[in-house]
Amino acid sequence: MKVLMFGWEFPPHISGGLGTACYGLTKGLSKIDNLEVLFVVPKSYGDEDKHSIELIGADHIPMKITEIKHEFHFNKQFQYIEVGSHLMPYSSTEEYYALTRKQKIGKKVFVETNEDGYIHFSGKYGSNLYTEIYNYSIVATQIAKLYDFDIIHAHDWLTYPAGMAAKQVSGKPLVVHVHATDFDRSGGSVNPKVYRIEKEGLDAADAIITVSNLTRNIVINNYKINPDKVVTVYNAVEPSEIGLNQQNQKTVKEKVVTFLGRITMQKGPEYFIEAANIVLQNMDNVRFVMAGSGDMMNKMIERAASLGIMDKFHFTGFLTGDDVFKMFSHSDLYIMPSVSEPFGISPLEAMQSGVPVIISKQSGVSEILKHAIKIDFWDIEKMANVIYSILNYPALAKTISINGLNEANSLKWDKSALNVYNVYEKILNPIKSQQL
Amino acid sequence: MKYICFYFQVHQPFRFRNYSFFDIGNDHYYYDDYLNESILQKVAQKCYLPANEVMLKLCNTYGNKFRITYSISGSAINQFELYAPEVIESFQKLAETGCVEFLSETYPHSLASQRDFDIFKNQIEKHSLKIEELFGQKPKVFRNTELIYSDKIGAEVYKMGFRGMLTEGAKHILGWKSPNYLYYNAIQPKLKLLLKNYKLSDDIAFRFSNKTWDQYPLTPEKFSTWLNALDSKEEIVNLFIDYETFGEHQWAETGIFNFMEHLPEAIFKNTTYAFETPSNIIKKLQPVAVANVPYPISWADEERDLTAWLGNDLQTEAFEKLYQLAPKIEQITNPELLQDWEYLQTSDHFYYMSTKWFSDGEVHAYFNPYKTPYDAFINYMNILSDFSIRVNTIVPDISENIELNKLNHLLREKNEEILKLKENIKKLKKKSA
Repeated sequence: MKVLMFGWEFPPHISGGLGTACYGLTKGLSKIDNLEVLFVVPKSYGDEDKHSIELIGADHIPMKITEIKHEFHFNKQFQYIEVGSHLMPYSSTEEYYALTRKQKIGKKVFVETNEDGYIHFSGKYGSNLYTEIYNYSIVATQIAKLYDFDIIHAHDWLTYPAGMAAKQVSGKPLVVHVHATDFDRSGGSVNPKVYRIEKEGLDAADAIITVSNLTRNIVINNYKINPDKVVTVYNAVEPSEIGLNQQNQKTVKEKVVTFLGRITMQKGPEYFIEAANIVLQNMDNVRFVMAGSGDMMNKMIERAASLGIMDKFHFTGFLTGDDVFKMFSHSDLYIMPSVSEPFGISPLEAMQSGVPVIISKQSGVSEILKHAIKIDFWDIEKMANVIYSILNYPALAKTISINGLNEANSLKWDKSALNVYNVYEKILNPIKSQQL
Repeated sequence: MKYICFYFQVHQPFRFRNYSFFDIGNDHYYYDDYLNESILQKVAQKCYLPANEVMLKLCNTYGNKFRITYSISGSAINQFELYAPEVIESFQKLAETGCVEFLSETYPHSLASQRDFDIFKNQIEKHSLKIEELFGQKPKVFRNTELIYSDKIGAEVYKMGFRGMLTEGAKHILGWKSPNYLYYNAIQPKLKLLLKNYKLSDDIAFRFSNKTWDQYPLTPEKFSTWLNALDSKEEIVNLFIDYETFGEHQWAETGIFNFMEHLPEAIFKNTTYAFETPSNIIKKLQPVAVANVPYPISWADEERDLTAWLGNDLQTEAFEKLYQLAPKIEQITNPELLQDWEYLQTSDHFYYMSTKWFSDGEVHAYFNPYKTPYDAFINYMNILSDFSIRVNTIVPDISENIELNKLNHLLREKNEEILKLKENIKKLKKKSA
């Protein structure tokens, strides 16, 4: 079985948990016999770990350009490319159907390329994201023609158009993997453009994998998807050696409580600050760290300053790779107060480092964890109470961290990968897998 | 004559309210009145009152031929007094029939036997007084919290004047031996032990309504044939069960009340067994062998040990921190503080902190106000923090006090030594005589 997988990022070039999850999953899948993964990312830097998979940078696929014309309506030099596909990235399924029925080929689309005919991808989230998503889907059609595969697997909305395009060209079944929806990211004010891409991807998919039941319910209720085709496969965590070696490397004598993640509405940073404020009013021997960056960072700095707690509240900026584990090794407690977290891998990484964790009940990971304290993200008094208790009752911190370490290490990607494989099997051999 | 000994445990803990660290030093009220009242009234309606009614009916029908035994914890009695005095009245009616024995236990249903025999003794004395006051009989046989027992505990109980004690017929203690005889304590041979027949007890308490059980449904007739099937030389069958089995663990709809109501009739008709109470049994029967229990046992879980209460670091930490206050409590007279001290010792609080139920299923979750053992620990420690602040303000840690405690301790040790020597003298005198 060969899987054509569309991702958006891949370690070491990541901006969030998606890249980490894709890496772990593909690594787990690579251990399954007779299963090959062809991983496509918009831009490959060349230093990714290619041990387990065949990684294709989308911008290393030369477009098979059938006709090039210069368009003078644009200030920039744009090439008018006719791709041998009848793909319109933002069209609806109905439109696809109509287009296919009419056998209308040679639809014209605009794509910016460099001189060699490569489409340029920045590989990062940005303002021209929509153009990139759209370009990516065009490249996908080329890839789908060039390579041989049995099933298509697309991670998150950015790659849904690519997945759909590949399905359109090849006729192979499409699995979409929902790591997050716009309802999680936006905190309620959903971007209609994104919603449409998501909805189309979910509708077009033959099977949908969600990272938790929380996300599964959002997919079913908010996108009106038939529950039968939505399956929950929980994420896992890579076994970490760094974490164990770097335990207890604290340099400050106070207790350290850490928030680590994007500083955006979805992650609930303001609740962390408010709880920190309550704890600091009742306890001296503690420092709070907010590690990460994001659009709410300045607001958070202002809030911490106005509360007058900046002498005990620290911002680190964005952390990657080893720095994440280094941060954990300096922490006595990790908190993930996410407002809506489809899964949440970072608490597992904290647990692997022997750090006790507090997670919000509004996170997918809370569905599987036993040895973490679960609170409602808005319940800052409860959060403060738990922070106080873990820092002041050593038996509690010790018990949670020992049990948590074992629990996190028992969540293996191999198991998740096997569940994903079962999803493939069910689509490709529906009768056989039913008998199983 | 063969005997059947029915013993029921009646206990309700004072559950704590949600006590956050903001409350430490500010608010000294620890109890969730609403929860305690609603649970107690529910259980009173579903279990205590209807079950007592059935028992009273049986006492009146069979007179002295039907005998049962209760152990009611002090914290349960206090809750009856607060929320359902009619339950006490119905127990009093049972006491008046003369068919009912009330056992002794620690007043707050505590684990004090695991820590401090002075506290243990005080709690037992307080409980005995309360039982005598309510039911007009002084308990003669002892039953420790959750049937916890060891050779040492037994010896201590004997010293307090008890001649009989109940415990679990744990397999790892008995080995090939049968629980259906009287045994005696390894240190004080005069303390007789009644051991629970856990197979027959659990058939009623746990399996009664289980439709996947191959013996379902259990009828009085079937149960009496099981009694007959036992070895003909065996002397007693000890059925020790939670009273909440009737109507609460096993709902009324399962037919548990009907079963109990018709069980005596079936037993009288089909078997030669007679109902008897522990204090009469220890008079009538002779123990057959010693029971060696060097490490404490209980009636809980598969292991029959104490790990459900004192099995993990959270539990031992809370337990240690609690009893570290013991020397200071001796100097306290404030009744409110003393009551809190008692209720803090109730074993249930430690049970809620058990991490065993992550794998051990529902028995541990029953009436547990906490979602996780961590929540239970946090809440308990916050309350304990406040309690120790209150204790410390009355009895500060000044050097004089520390000195005084040391001297007190010394005095106690010397006293014990003198007692031992006295006994030695007695023995020597006897020998020389």
